[in-house]
Amino acid sequence: MKISKIKKLLDAKVICCEHLLETEVNSACGSDMMSDVLAFVKDNAVLLTGLVNPQVIRTAEMMDIKCIVFVRGKEPTENVIELAQSMEIAILTTDERMYVACGKLYMNGLEGGSVITS
Amino acid sequence: MSEPVVLKYNVDGENFTSAGEASVAVKKSLRQMGFPPEAIRRVSIAMYEGEINMVIHADGGEATVNVYPDKIEIILADKGPGIADISLAMQEGYSTAPDNIRSLGFGAGMGLPNMKRYTDDMRIESEVGVGTTVYMTVNV
Repeated sequence: MKISKIKKLLDAKVICCEHLLETEVNSACGSDMMSDVLAFVKDNAVLLTGLVNPQVIRTAEMMDIKCIVFVRGKEPTENVIELAQSMEIAILTTDERMYVACGKLYMNGLEGGSVITS
Repeated sequence: MSEPVVLKYNVDGENFTSAGEASVAVKKSLRQMGFPPEAIRRVSIAMYEGEINMVIHADGGEATVNVYPDKIEIILADKGPGIADISLAMQEGYSTAPDNIRSLGFGAGMGLPNMKRYTDDMRIESEVGVGTTVYMTVNV
């Protein structure tokens, strides 16, 4: 699914890296726990989270995540946006709650990724 | 064996906002050196978890990364409180992180298990009241 479609489905606003809108993502992960995100393996994923701090961006960078969607209308601060820009990670923000945002993407064909079990 | 390229970082324990900067820098360096993405990813995740741990529990410390052509060693040394029971600390879900750290997205008790999961070898040396050193190796 292209990031532009995620934007449309979630009626989201693009905060930075608009040039990545045509990038494809293959899976999604919804979590406010960054350690859980780090246990998650598929790359080319989009991260949905209600947490807005620099560690979210660095966690995404570690996982090669190209797009973060902040749910529940969370707005990142300027330093968080700058960090995302420097790492070329697209930031979207939506008023949808986590459950609904994940549900909309899943219903439209974006599945979750696998988790390492051993 | 050839001499490794050595990368060294001071991990600032004062400020959680900067936690993870060393790992981001290592990831960038390994990319420039042309290592395979999967090896870079494993090193980055393991080091990032360790770096976050040093900030949460030990007021920072020192990170050393020895880069060989066929393996990458990560050594994280701190002068924190030490780990009394390492096998307990290795259990998924066990955490001693304070609540304010949980609200920042960490402290789920997944850090050490994730570090072990993503590396080929991991060893912890720790003495209560003295500090902890974590040695990790990722084979390329």
